Amino acid sequence: MSITYLEAIREAQARALNDDPRVFIYGQDVGAFGGAFKATKNLAARFPGRVLDAPISEDAMAGLAVGAAIEGMRPIIEMQFADFSTVAFNQIINQAATLFWRTNVPCPITVRLPCGGTSGGGPFHSQMMEAIYAHYPGLVVMTPATVEDAYSMLLEAVAIDDPVIFCEHKLLYNHLKAEKLPTEALPVGKARIAREGRDLTIVAYSAMVQEALIVADELATEGWEIEVVDLRSVKPLDTDTVMASVARTGRLLCVGEAFPWGGVTAEVIARVACEGFGLLDVPPQRLNAKDTPVPYHPNLWAAHRPTAPRIAAAARKLLRL
Amino acid sequence: MVHSPLKPEPVGDVSPMQELYLRAYRLMLLARVLDDKFASLYRAGKIHGGVFLGRGQEALSVACGLALREGDVFAPLIRDQAGRLAFGEPILDAVRTYLGSALGPMRGRDGNVHRGHPKQGLLAMISHLGAMISVVNGALLARRMKGIAGTVGLACCGDGATSTGAFHEALNQAAVEKLPLVMVVANNQFAYSTPTARQFACDSLLDRAAGYGFHGSEVDGTDLSACLTTLTAAADRARAGRGPQLVVARLLRLCGHGEHDDAHYVDAKLKHLPASRDCLKASEDFLRAQEWADAPTLAAWRAEVVQKVEETLAKVHREPAPDPFKENWYALSARHLCEGYE
Repeated sequence: MSITYLEAIREAQARALNDDPRVFIYGQDVGAFGGAFKATKNLAARFPGRVLDAPISEDAMAGLAVGAAIEGMRPIIEMQFADFSTVAFNQIINQAATLFWRTNVPCPITVRLPCGGTSGGGPFHSQMMEAIYAHYPGLVVMTPATVEDAYSMLLEAVAIDDPVIFCEHKLLYNHLKAEKLPTEALPVGKARIAREGRDLTIVAYSAMVQEALIVADELATEGWEIEVVDLRSVKPLDTDTVMASVARTGRLLCVGEAFPWGGVTAEVIARVACEGFGLLDVPPQRLNAKDTPVPYHPNLWAAHRPTAPRIAAAARKLLRL
Repeated sequence: MVHSPLKPEPVGDVSPMQELYLRAYRLMLLARVLDDKFASLYRAGKIHGGVFLGRGQEALSVACGLALREGDVFAPLIRDQAGRLAFGEPILDAVRTYLGSALGPMRGRDGNVHRGHPKQGLLAMISHLGAMISVVNGALLARRMKGIAGTVGLACCGDGATSTGAFHEALNQAAVEKLPLVMVVANNQFAYSTPTARQFACDSLLDRAAGYGFHGSEVDGTDLSACLTTLTAAADRARAGRGPQLVVARLLRLCGHGEHDDAHYVDAKLKHLPASRDCLKASEDFLRAQEWADAPTLAAWRAEVVQKVEETLAKVHREPAPDPFKENWYALSARHLCEGYE
């Protein structure tokens, strides 16, 4: 038997609903229909009155979650696509993210963002939003790259007393499989060494971890040992694990699927440059999507985001320096 | 919240309506005196940031607060000093927040009208108009899920906020969920400097009620009796499960948007319309006409609230300001997840 990334997200929600009466799910089409991606399939029937369809009102969805959280509930909000969370941006960054700091009342909400590109998705169903949310104080931003993390981190997101932006990558939903659900997990805020190596560190998160692992396999045939660090959460960002890896390899490539200006890759490079400059044998490099909206056509889309061939080319260049 | 800032009324042979009116008037008076004090302190340079008054809106605001009970949810906006006091917010909260006392509910982290006790049902507004309404919806939905019945939520806004997407989304949401929400719109003719003709094009904001599926009512916001009757009825309908309520009040903002604003753009002709009268003065006239209070009584009530305000200010002036070296600078309740930037 095997379980997909999407099924892990569904199972985590089922478990959260089952274990904690304070949990409910609110989002567009999440009820009887089971969600646009079926992440809540059958949950409305299993948990009557606790998996609620929302009107197409992302702002009011997030605001409602904050109000319910103040009353002691632990809502999970599903944004149908991460892109649409911009409509809820004000409630997330100004209402949810400031509540604890302003009033000392915690705000335990989980906002699920189906993010990232899929072939044919186009400019408004493909975006990566982690950097923009990580910029704001008062939010935790998770970017699971494995089936196991999708499950255990979503459960942790619901358990944490603060607003969590849970970035689940749509491309991984059905492609990524594991044998079974995990029984234990790294704590949130800890990065994971997805593959050990000594020649180059590739720091990645979300779907880019899978691309980086493909690159590591490919470069192994050329005699290179690539270390892949999976950040798991981009806020908090586990600088220590990144730094320790760079100390071993002396070379750093940071890969993200988001737009290039600022963002997670820039943050990682900045931290290593500031705190670990002496660990670097060569200048660190970063690789992101192109600085245009995400294109619709598969040919353009595949060239817009970093993929294994582009990452491998960047890695080879770094290794030759 | 339960807290009475004023001495209890002597119980005599007064009708419940008279008793409510007297209570409301004295709270309005307290709010006005407190607001005027904040305005003075602002002009003296003693307040950091803005000062936002409820002058001209006290009758509507106090009626909002008095229509609520302990356990209800209240999302006041910037002109609701009277409603806050009526709902039970201590005067200390207002003074401490305006003066930036470290002992206030916001501890210097937020100021002026951005204050509250969310766990006690008094939400701390953010600046983005319309944004608090769906938060009230969430609290009400949570109560329904927890099996708590009989409580209502009341949110206030002005004519300007009705143009926001957040207002629209939240009212529609409340109607879809049939929540016991009372939405009170103080149509005070101006959103900062923008007149209603540049804000909306429907004949009356009350027309919106039908569009959302709300019960709608309109009230003269300068008439305390009418406000008390209308708001109490709206809250009662919501409490009885008759769905969300929209109350639109006509009045004029008798001050600038904030105390930095001289409101020179308000047409003098508008100021002399009957709907532009001062609700506090109108209430005083009513009290005297009804012989519910004579001049010495009114003077004694004013002296009482002035003393209350002065005592509170004297206390807060002696309180410590927030200390940046003792501030913890953690934005998350889960401290282990905060990043230690130095």
